Amino acid sequence: MLLVLKMAGEVQKMLNEKDKVFQNLHGFQEPFIEGALKRGSWSNTKEILSKDQNDIIELVKSSQLRGRGGAGFSTGLKWSFMPKNTGKQHYLVVNADESEPGTCKDREIIRNDPHTLVEGCLIASYAIQATKCYIYIRGEYHHEYVQLEKAIEEAYERGFIGKNACGSGFDFDLYVHRGAGAYICGEETALLESLEGKKGQPRLKPPFPAGVGLYGMPTTINNVESIAVVPTILRRGPDWFKSIGAENNTGTKIFCISGNVNKPCTIEEEMGIPLKELVEKHCDGVEGGWDNLKAIVPGGSSTPMLPKNICESVLMNFDDLKANGSGLGTAGVIVVNKNNDIAEVIERFAHFYKHESCGQCTPCREGTGWMHRMMQRLVRGEISPEQIELLENVTKQVEGHTICALGDAAAWPIQGLIKNFKSELISKYNKKLKAS
Amino acid sequence: MSGNHPGLSNNFSRSGEKFSWSKDNLRSIKNIISKYPKGREQSAVMPLLYLAQEQNNNWISIECIETIAETLNMPKIRVTEVASFYSMYNTRPVGENLVQICRTSPCWLRGSNKIAKTICKETKCEINDTSDDNKFTVVEVECLGACSNGPMIQINNDFFEDLDEESTKKIIDNIKEGKPNVIGSQNGRRSSENA
Repeated sequence: MLLVLKMAGEVQKMLNEKDKVFQNLHGFQEPFIEGALKRGSWSNTKEILSKDQNDIIELVKSSQLRGRGGAGFSTGLKWSFMPKNTGKQHYLVVNADESEPGTCKDREIIRNDPHTLVEGCLIASYAIQATKCYIYIRGEYHHEYVQLEKAIEEAYERGFIGKNACGSGFDFDLYVHRGAGAYICGEETALLESLEGKKGQPRLKPPFPAGVGLYGMPTTINNVESIAVVPTILRRGPDWFKSIGAENNTGTKIFCISGNVNKPCTIEEEMGIPLKELVEKHCDGVEGGWDNLKAIVPGGSSTPMLPKNICESVLMNFDDLKANGSGLGTAGVIVVNKNNDIAEVIERFAHFYKHESCGQCTPCREGTGWMHRMMQRLVRGEISPEQIELLENVTKQVEGHTICALGDAAAWPIQGLIKNFKSELISKYNKKLKAS
Repeated sequence: MSGNHPGLSNNFSRSGEKFSWSKDNLRSIKNIISKYPKGREQSAVMPLLYLAQEQNNNWISIECIETIAETLNMPKIRVTEVASFYSMYNTRPVGENLVQICRTSPCWLRGSNKIAKTICKETKCEINDTSDDNKFTVVEVECLGACSNGPMIQINNDFFEDLDEESTKKIIDNIKEGKPNVIGSQNGRRSSENA
């Protein structure tokens, strides 16, 4: 009996194959319509679209789905902010500008299971009364763009989208817009600016996009993964989704693991899987063994790193990572072992943010450059303990003083480095001092 | 801005030849503009910049900008600022193969420096340079979004992933010899599965 219980416990630990939303995440099956139909996409879309729009929003709310793009805001709640029956054109805009270093999950959805996204766009648009939807895909994803366009063409041909989509009486058009290499366009209002044919510089909020969005019309912006899981949630029910993970941290989640692991991979797992298990089980461990681990960046470059002792036990969900001083972000897990200089990892992030700052707000435009130069000196062991404090101080002056979160995102990794490895940075300086 | 990418140079230049749309592109433009609401034709500026770049040997000249401005009835400066803001629009001529090496931390942790060295050696050009035979332009770029498959590079539209020095050399050799390359993972993976 005990053995059975233990076995059941073990089975529960690893996400059941049949609970995976993305059955073709790695592209071993046909990605297009024939494969998608076999995987259950489009099976009863008409029935879903016969529900009241508010009911769909309520169902998504009750599934406790939180946005997969980084901020982790309730998707259903976001939809409920859209005004009703305004007589205006509403828009759904899907953010496929996946550019956060460490993140490559939407890419797999788009190239290997694009119909989950296309169907999700239809259902989400119906729920927010949007008859038009744009998917903004990063320019570098050319192959993925071609795959997505093909899937959309198939959906039009079969009458799944377009006039009277799925025979529901709802008219729906879906377009793809390519970005052209600007990280900032992943910020929702910068994305809207870009879609309107301008430089991608974030807008001041308020007004929020739900009131004044694309072309001044009510708009909801969602991440690819958030939209692509919606059809399955509605098909299998919010209770099924809630049965995976923990309260307010429900469902399955795609994790991308990169850096110093033996087998980097992208994998759909239960929300809240222990970080150590993710690395040990799915990536065959850290290069050089677990004891060779230096730190892990758990949610894309913007989230502060976690030192090894926290990595031992932290759960990969929104709330536990937040409680441990970091965040789930985009779930791009970057593993750093002791063979690499942790300061240089962060210096490269600093270079990234300097490169990607849109230049609109002074603290970010000037601060990202200044912080990067300091980080370069820090890597060389050329900044004193006082200057390290100054650097930390400056990161706090950038944080929270800009229109969008890029300034914060540039500050946090440096703060995380100083918080966890200050003594090491100081001894770097002392060593250099001695040598000269 | 660091200016280490051809798209980031703000010095636009003239090619000296008039740029007018090909017949195929004129048809595409009609189709592209129809995706956006009436009166919002400016939204088509990014797709049109791509079309112009493709037709103009992979770079955007001042003539391209003038033609786009005319097509979309936009001030030239609005087209120019979009072309200079986004890094994928090349504001100077580039070689037949634009080799972009991802330099951000996830790729760096897996050896992107070695890949960059190999590429510079095999193409005989420095970072930000174009080779004498105009076959290659080599640049270092920020995260290209294939982190579980790092280190990786992009050559024109194609990603090459899970690289080591040997496979990188092979890719460059194949291009030199006019042989086709396998796109995607170079270590036999289908995509980013654990394998």
